[in-house]
Amino acid sequence: MTIMKNTIIKLASISVACAVISACDSDFSNPVGDQNFNSGDADFTNFVSVGDSLTAGYADGALYLHGQNNSYPAILAQQFAKVGGGNFSQPLVSDNLGGLLFGGVANPAFGNRLVLNADAALPGPVPEAIEGDPTTEVIGSGLNGSIFNNMGVPGAKSFHLGAPGYGNAAGLGAGSANPYFVRFSSVAPDATVIGDAAIQQPSFFTLWIGNNDVLSYATSGGIGEDQTGNFDPTTYGPNDITDPNVFAGTYVSLVGAMTANPATQGMLINIPDVATIPYFTTVPYNAVPLDQATADILNAAYAPYNAGVAQILAADPDQVAKRTIVFAAGQNAVVILDETLTDISGVNPPATDGLINMRQATAEDLLVLTTSSKIGTLADPNDPNSAWGIGVPLVDADVLIPSEILAIDTARTAYNVTIQAAADADSNLIYVDAAALMAELDATGIDYGTGFVDSTYATGGAFSLDGVHPTARGYAIVANSIIDEINSGFNANVPRVDPGSFTAIFVK
Amino acid sequence: MLQIKKTSLIIAGMCMSTSAFSGGYRVALQGQQALGMGHTGVAMTDSAEVVFFNPAGMSFLESEQSLIAGVTLISGDTEYQNTATNTSAKTDNPIGTPVGIYYAKKHNEQFSYGIGLYTPYGNTVEWPTDWAGSHLVNNIELASIYIQPTISYKINDKYSVGLGLSYISGNVDFNRNLSTSLVDENGDRSNVTVKADGVSSWNFNIGFLAKPTDELSVGISYRSEATMEARGEPATFNNIPSSLETTFSSPTTFNADLILPAELTLGIAYDLSASTTLAFDINRTYWSAYESLDITFANGQSSINARNYKDVNIYRFGAQHALDDAFTLRGGIYLDKTPVQSGYFAPETPRNDSIGLTAGASYVVNDQLDLDFSLLFLMFEEFNGSYDHIINSDGSTSSFGGDYLSSVITLGFGINYKF
Repeated sequence: MTIMKNTIIKLASISVACAVISACDSDFSNPVGDQNFNSGDADFTNFVSVGDSLTAGYADGALYLHGQNNSYPAILAQQFAKVGGGNFSQPLVSDNLGGLLFGGVANPAFGNRLVLNADAALPGPVPEAIEGDPTTEVIGSGLNGSIFNNMGVPGAKSFHLGAPGYGNAAGLGAGSANPYFVRFSSVAPDATVIGDAAIQQPSFFTLWIGNNDVLSYATSGGIGEDQTGNFDPTTYGPNDITDPNVFAGTYVSLVGAMTANPATQGMLINIPDVATIPYFTTVPYNAVPLDQATADILNAAYAPYNAGVAQILAADPDQVAKRTIVFAAGQNAVVILDETLTDISGVNPPATDGLINMRQATAEDLLVLTTSSKIGTLADPNDPNSAWGIGVPLVDADVLIPSEILAIDTARTAYNVTIQAAADADSNLIYVDAAALMAELDATGIDYGTGFVDSTYATGGAFSLDGVHPTARGYAIVANSIIDEINSGFNANVPRVDPGSFTAIFVK
Repeated sequence: MLQIKKTSLIIAGMCMSTSAFSGGYRVALQGQQALGMGHTGVAMTDSAEVVFFNPAGMSFLESEQSLIAGVTLISGDTEYQNTATNTSAKTDNPIGTPVGIYYAKKHNEQFSYGIGLYTPYGNTVEWPTDWAGSHLVNNIELASIYIQPTISYKINDKYSVGLGLSYISGNVDFNRNLSTSLVDENGDRSNVTVKADGVSSWNFNIGFLAKPTDELSVGISYRSEATMEARGEPATFNNIPSSLETTFSSPTTFNADLILPAELTLGIAYDLSASTTLAFDINRTYWSAYESLDITFANGQSSINARNYKDVNIYRFGAQHALDDAFTLRGGIYLDKTPVQSGYFAPETPRNDSIGLTAGASYVVNDQLDLDFSLLFLMFEEFNGSYDHIINSDGSTSSFGGDYLSSVITLGFGINYKF
């Protein structure tokens, strides 16, 4: 029995040794989650986010659940919650397809999100709408009357946010209402986005508006008007550039509405350069590969045109050089229409029937993303010489020419001056330079420690397949950038997120 | 209190999980008596564990026949964190149970023979699925069994030699995500599983033992390298986007070689008195043979994983003391050096250098039967490491790293039967 007792004592002492040893099995000396995260001088108890598609979490050409759940405001709110932030509600759509129903009928203008078809049998990966029947209803969604912290409305321009009736279904046909806001506007027919946001009396807000004031003009290839000088936005078309004074007046009133309580804090996010997003950087101006034989045939075909241009514009050698079309073996610039060229199509008698305002593109032109599936296809299926961009010029909507780019950038720069001035005027408001972030993604990309993203279309990881909106991973990069500004501006220590834990593009 | 209660439960219920050793996927737990003494044993001749540690030692066993069998329960986990990205993860490894069973018999004055069954290589690491390093590993389970018939020859009263031939059977089950980004249209991460059962190989081990004086023993043992060659074993690619189904056609098969490196051990044992023995071993493991883990798939895909391990020495010290006729206590310490070089620290074998503290005991039940116990605690320092050789789909390389902290406790039981 003594031996047995000794055995127990000895085993027990081994157990104690083990227990002591286990106690040494401590955590990291500086564990994640225990780094004195705090909100500093910021008050995140009631966070409201106002803006357009970027704020809504729109991606891949649609607003779908995964995008909303990974919108930069949702990411911010999730991080704010770790330092005292409150609940954050979003007007979630019904599915991960993203298409919209209008009274039960699918609307092809609001289709499903894009996924990448990477089939090796294709000439290259192509984005395609994901298959499935959308279930998100615009009219009678059941959301109207509720309050949402995320007041991002895809498609909204600055002056839309304060426009009464922007959420009134009756205005959908006339285009005065936006289906995304119709889904979740408060009950009153004249409810405004900014009104529904301000009534929540946020303690903290983000405002990122003005992108569409230039972007719709840009993505449509500049087919709209530059409305600079026209102070009545009700006369603007959907693809026009908003007058900078209209933007300034609107912006100041939006900020005023959000800061009715002077203690309200906020982040004012500026407008990126369209030339830094893949929608305009993916298709090169010299997208046409040719061999010598084909180049010779094309040059012969363009010889009468070149001769006609040389003859009629003999007094303007610069323009002759610009308009003369020459192909060679290798990569060739596409042929585009340029409405800013001198119109010689009516010169009588024309040397040929083709003296239209065309030229070959240069590095100064930006081809839109959709031309990637257009260049080289036949404008006339029965005419083998009608390849877009080669035999037939790309049209105005396919390309931003330098004058259009200048108009966009002039307006954008003015908007950003307004945004920065608004931030400078109120110590509770901080300017976020999203333009610099997008420029960095475009120029060098961003290494976030466990991975890398840049603006390369489809493979870069930062931009979704619509070429305009970030991926969830890209929105995480945006959120981190905003968090950095919050931390420095409000003496806070809000934790950043790991972009690597967010998705990039979806492959079919 | 909670900690003690938890530990008590662990001791009582063996609710321990698995391995995390410094030495790559070498799991040095081949004998309960040896482990009590810091896993020394090349010069010890107390039990049939010599079949593993030094086959020449069979010639100096006292009993005509002896059988020793033990099992070790391993609880080992690794924590990961990255303070820049505020991410963290912890393995949830199952209990590892390496075994060692050895039998030795004297045939005549010169020859003894024996056989051993043991599991010297293994690795079970289960990270949370889709964790931050999931493009390197989600989970891996590596196991091997050695069956080693052995013979020894006693040259004279002072010297002996021994030889063993091992049949090796191994299994692997490994899953990782294909990249940090690739998902199907539903957002599910594309991943690959390779699974091979019963891959076989063989190697040999030789030993030499000298007893120049009554108190001193000197041993040398060498174990040759083996290569586990998986050929045409099954692999499945999961959550592959439908448009990539031809690129990643699945199920498919894979080929891969895994090196089980050679080991050289030198050691001495010295009897301070009739009841007290000291032992000191140096293991040199020739890990530099493990340059790369290359997996090629029949569907045209491949996975090239540079390892570039280096040879390492492990220094072991142990002591045992017989308290009385019934109880023997053991203690040991060893310095376990990692073969992983800077920039090659992959979370599939998340091991840095450690110090092993061991304790053991034997209890004599009767003239024929002893019970053995062992305990090992591996102490790891918090460690910042990265794997810088991830090959991306475009041919560029990227890195994955962070802070790692491992902990390992093992508890072993054995019986020693002499007849």
